Amino acid sequence: MENCKHLEQVTIRFAGDSGDGMQLTGTQFSNTSALVGNDLSTLPDYPAEIRAPAGTLFGVSGFQLQFSSREIHTPGDQVDVLVAMNPAALKVNLRHLKNNGIIIANSDAFSARNLKLAGYTENPLEDDTLAGYQLFAVPVTTLTKQALVEVPLGVRDKDRCKNFFALGITYWMFSRPLDVTLQWIDEKFKTKPNVAEANKKALNAGYNYALSTEIFTTSYCVLEAKSQPGLYRNITGNEALVLGLITAAEKSGRQLFMGGYPITPASDILHYLSRYRHFDVKTFQAEDEIAGVGAAIGASFAGALGVTASSGPGIALKTEFLGYAVMTELPLVVVDVQRGGPSTGLPTKTEQSDLLQAFYGRNGEAPVPIVAAQSPADCFVAALEAARVALTFTTPVMLLTDGYLANGAEPWLIPDPDTIPKIDVPVASAGQEYQPYARDPETLSRKMAIPGTEGLEHRLGGLEKENITGNVTYDPDNHDMMVHLRAEKIKRVAGHIPRPELQGDAEGPLLVISWGSTYGSVFSARDTLAREGKTFSWLHLRWLNPLPDVLDDVIHNFKHILIPEINAGQLIRIIRDRYLVDAKGFNKVRGLPLQTGELVETILTYL
Amino acid sequence: MIETLAQKEHKYTREDFSSDQEVRWCPGCGDYSILAQMKRILPELGVKKENIVFVSGIGCSSRFPYYVDTYGLHGIHGRAPALASGIKLANPDLTVFIITGDGDALSIGGNHFIHLCRRNIDVTVLLFNNRIYGLTKGQYSPTSERGKITKSSPYGSLEEPFNPVKLALAAGAGFVARSVDRDPKHLEAVLLEAAQYNGTSFVEIYQNCNIFNDGAFERFTNVKTKFDHVLYMNNDDAYRFGREHEKQLVWEDDRFSVKEWREKDADHAEVHQPETISDARAIALADMDGLDERPLPLGVFRKRDVETYDTLLTKQIEEVKKTKGQGDLKKLLHAGNTWQVK
Repeated sequence: MENCKHLEQVTIRFAGDSGDGMQLTGTQFSNTSALVGNDLSTLPDYPAEIRAPAGTLFGVSGFQLQFSSREIHTPGDQVDVLVAMNPAALKVNLRHLKNNGIIIANSDAFSARNLKLAGYTENPLEDDTLAGYQLFAVPVTTLTKQALVEVPLGVRDKDRCKNFFALGITYWMFSRPLDVTLQWIDEKFKTKPNVAEANKKALNAGYNYALSTEIFTTSYCVLEAKSQPGLYRNITGNEALVLGLITAAEKSGRQLFMGGYPITPASDILHYLSRYRHFDVKTFQAEDEIAGVGAAIGASFAGALGVTASSGPGIALKTEFLGYAVMTELPLVVVDVQRGGPSTGLPTKTEQSDLLQAFYGRNGEAPVPIVAAQSPADCFVAALEAARVALTFTTPVMLLTDGYLANGAEPWLIPDPDTIPKIDVPVASAGQEYQPYARDPETLSRKMAIPGTEGLEHRLGGLEKENITGNVTYDPDNHDMMVHLRAEKIKRVAGHIPRPELQGDAEGPLLVISWGSTYGSVFSARDTLAREGKTFSWLHLRWLNPLPDVLDDVIHNFKHILIPEINAGQLIRIIRDRYLVDAKGFNKVRGLPLQTGELVETILTYL
Repeated sequence: MIETLAQKEHKYTREDFSSDQEVRWCPGCGDYSILAQMKRILPELGVKKENIVFVSGIGCSSRFPYYVDTYGLHGIHGRAPALASGIKLANPDLTVFIITGDGDALSIGGNHFIHLCRRNIDVTVLLFNNRIYGLTKGQYSPTSERGKITKSSPYGSLEEPFNPVKLALAAGAGFVARSVDRDPKHLEAVLLEAAQYNGTSFVEIYQNCNIFNDGAFERFTNVKTKFDHVLYMNNDDAYRFGREHEKQLVWEDDRFSVKEWREKDADHAEVHQPETISDARAIALADMDGLDERPLPLGVFRKRDVETYDTLLTKQIEEVKKTKGQGDLKKLLHAGNTWQVK
């Protein structure tokens, strides 16, 4: 292509009203970029209001993605290109734009009314507000209408196609093919041929407009990333998590039972699972969060793999039942898609602030294994591991993801299910001598006896159990022993989970310890510094409880320990407590992933 | 449950259902009678005991599962319906009982209770109503009468009580009945009918707490008073009561009133038909508390034939499999737009 300027990576942000279809536009750009072989990472950033009044600042919905010819794990700090469909979108997102970054603005939407709603006294497209940026003011609405003159649709319906016009411009600008989106439109609007026609026309018109007018002088190319060979698909965290659960059910020969209650940003887990009745998946939309987890525990008792999924406020409600699952020692996967808190907090924004809730949010001594996913696609592995530990150790397991992982997407190297090992579940058979609280000497898990098994009738409950028999007892020494047995069982999980790999030297000036979705930010920071010839050691924790032995081996070999988190400092307390080290935190609680640039600056102060 | 009645080879006795646990209710507690009647009806169900699960919440009544030699879960306060729903939906072949109390089901677990009734999952709920909190040693409960003097209401409680039967009817339970601990024959019959019903069956059992609320139901159990204050509802029988069945209920002006029974009423008197009873009549019966001249009804208020949630779920799974085929994990993982990196 003429004038095709090669770039290593680009960050683009689509922004408009909640009703402008920005999530859809961003998703289309992501899927197309994935199919041309770029590595990518996305960040949907939308308001909690479903349809906020048009043109308002709080109604702005954004979708950011970074696509690259290198391995990347973050949606990018600052954006290279901002597509702003109205003044509010420009106002809210301008701070994300790099100096000299590109703005594609729908000039038709910069009316007096919209300018006022966005708090502009003058039209920023016409004064010097945007000096220092490359501004492309395009009358997107008008051009879309003109392109659709012959399509028999109403004005409103035509107007709704303008996001595809804008998408067409960006496809030309970044040399993307149109066919993936054209096919998607055909499939999506199968029953509405006029709508399909209009959207396709708008997409083509946007592309041709950019191609044929003199406004855009340069188009850019981002080459294929050199990824590991294999078959890929683009996937969000919630999708990957659901596939991981279904895989775990199949590998363990258990029926998957999910008890849930709608809550942002975890609801998609319930939605997706409910589609898979033909995999014998039973979803139960309960009357509340408590009933959701209770039904899951009941299902586990009856022999299923019981799962519940929620976010912080819902997890708080489930707390009593989590302690019950600890006491009855039944398998249970509890997914916490963390969001901004406390209380209702920031429902659609990301945060890592439920770690201490996962560790300690129960009455009594009630330890549970805790696993955290590190990227959207990694939710598959994290869910599979969570289920494996829950079933093998007959225990509830907390699986932590967050709003960014849940809705963010990235390419996923699809595993071959035949290579995934089976999960053995400790279940007693009819005719065996059965003691409900007799333990496997190695894992300390107890065998379950599933209702329907002749001769193994027994009763479980939340009252303290006598060791071996499981009878109710208030004996002081027995209680002391059981408290320690339950804790020891969770410690022994350490021998059954992959050891995290220490990146870099086993001693030196700085060890960075991270968990969950900050993986991407630390990866990028290390990548950035490596180009400057600088490095640091890094340990990313998939399992937070139990902590891995490797930490005992190396943590005292470093001058500084830095723990970046999207909270006010939670893992840092656990690390300080356990290892008596003077760890430092890097904490930003803005409802967004940590910025690589800020993290790099902080790390440099320790090198 | 009905189809398993044919399984004659598993004829159990009462003793087969006694667990090895020592029963720890207070001497004289009404719970003993309920446990005894339950052990009488379990062999009648023709269900193998490994297929029976008792689930309870918290409270005196909720110790019940420990005393029956079947599978059991002693749950947490108010949440037995949640556990039981999960058990029944995971394995619809199981016969599931919920044992609960007035505080457990109607106060802390009120939300779960009404949703259980509305969903019509095939479980049998036994609510032991003693109108007091016993395990926590004597506070007023959501069924205590207004003005009740208790440890937490030394000047009298200020609340109107719930009427459990009315609540279950309104929430949509298919089978709703009431019995009383001191009438073992009646209790046994009602429990058997409830357990055999396909759908959510609810039985309120008036249960005397001889420690904290002794005599709460004396009027309905004492032979000196009960004939004048209790209506035993029987299928296809007129609403007659009194020692010599000399009184009857008559539906007038949208309510039941008491009239003298005359022999000539036999051909036209309204008879009790729980399968077809209207909501208005069922609620009107539930509204009678036996404290005025109208009697307290015991027996089955309503027994509707409604498809259960568990059956519908099984059917839905079969339907989806018919159109989509049994799920294939490999295909599932490979769904959507994929691309090959070489």
